[in-house]
Amino acid sequence: MLILHCPYCGVDADETELAAGGEAHLKRFGPGSSDDELHGYLFARENPKGVHLERWRHASGCGKWFHAARCTATLEVFGTYKAQVSGPPQEIRDAISARRPGWSWREFS
Amino acid sequence: MSKPVSALMGAAYDGIVRVEECGLQGMITLRGDLASKPVIAAATGATGQEMPGQRRANVAGESGLCWMSPDELLVLVPHAEVSAKLAAMTTALGDAHSLAVNVSDARAMFRVSGEHAREVMAKLAPVDFAPGAFGPGDFRRSRLAQVAGAFWMEEDGSFRIICFRSVADYVFKLLKVAAQPGSAVGVF
Ligand SMILES: [Zn+2]
Repeated sequence: MLILHCPYCGVDADETELAAGGEAHLKRFGPGSSDDELHGYLFARENPKGVHLERWRHASGCGKWFHAARCTATLEVFGTYKAQVSGPPQEIRDAISARRPGWSWREFS
Repeated sequence: MSKPVSALMGAAYDGIVRVEECGLQGMITLRGDLASKPVIAAATGATGQEMPGQRRANVAGESGLCWMSPDELLVLVPHAEVSAKLAAMTTALGDAHSLAVNVSDARAMFRVSGEHAREVMAKLAPVDFAPGAFGPGDFRRSRLAQVAGAFWMEEDGSFRIICFRSVADYVFKLLKVAAQPGSAVGVF
């Protein structure tokens, strides 16, 4: 059972209160972009065994979207952070590094 | 003019707790910047209650303010006064970026009271109801089994529960099953 801290209402929310929102920090490619860019935006997703950055929504709670950094292999949660960022904040990167030295995920490390 | 009625017409059940539908309750959803003066004026002016902190409810009788999210309050007012209160709130909000809407008829409200109230709630929501973790004035949006619900604890240790009117019968049945005689767990 996954428990994630919602950075908006402060609840340590049980997985059954949450809705998974897929991969975090996708960059949208719309009109004017190349076929390869649109293809990557629509279909190309990370599928790591280890550190992963995801979007979650506190659906049966305050209703807000937020981000989570966790390990797909052990379900260890490194931290959660607000939605209004385009990458993991420094304290989240530090928390991951403390547990998974040398980690990288897309352009982040 | 037709006479408004609540979802379950005040139905009640006595088990290890008393479960009762509270009848008509005025509810106004207020969204906006909870730190802005017009929003504070609209909320406190309508209820006579102070602004609630995170996950808190300041409620007295049928009037109160419940913290729903960082930008949303649920404003409780007597059902007969909803229209007048909403008009006053809209005036107080002026041109502040905000929204206030009467949701009274979309909702139902229950009260769960008695010695085992915490237990009955704990059977239905993934929330820590231990005395040190959830006390009077604490408010939570969560789920009740399979549907959305919100609730807070009152000074006497009873709970008030809000759900959508469309699932009022489901929630009442849930509460009745959770409150069956002989079903006390004794965990708190
Ligand atoms: Zn939340």
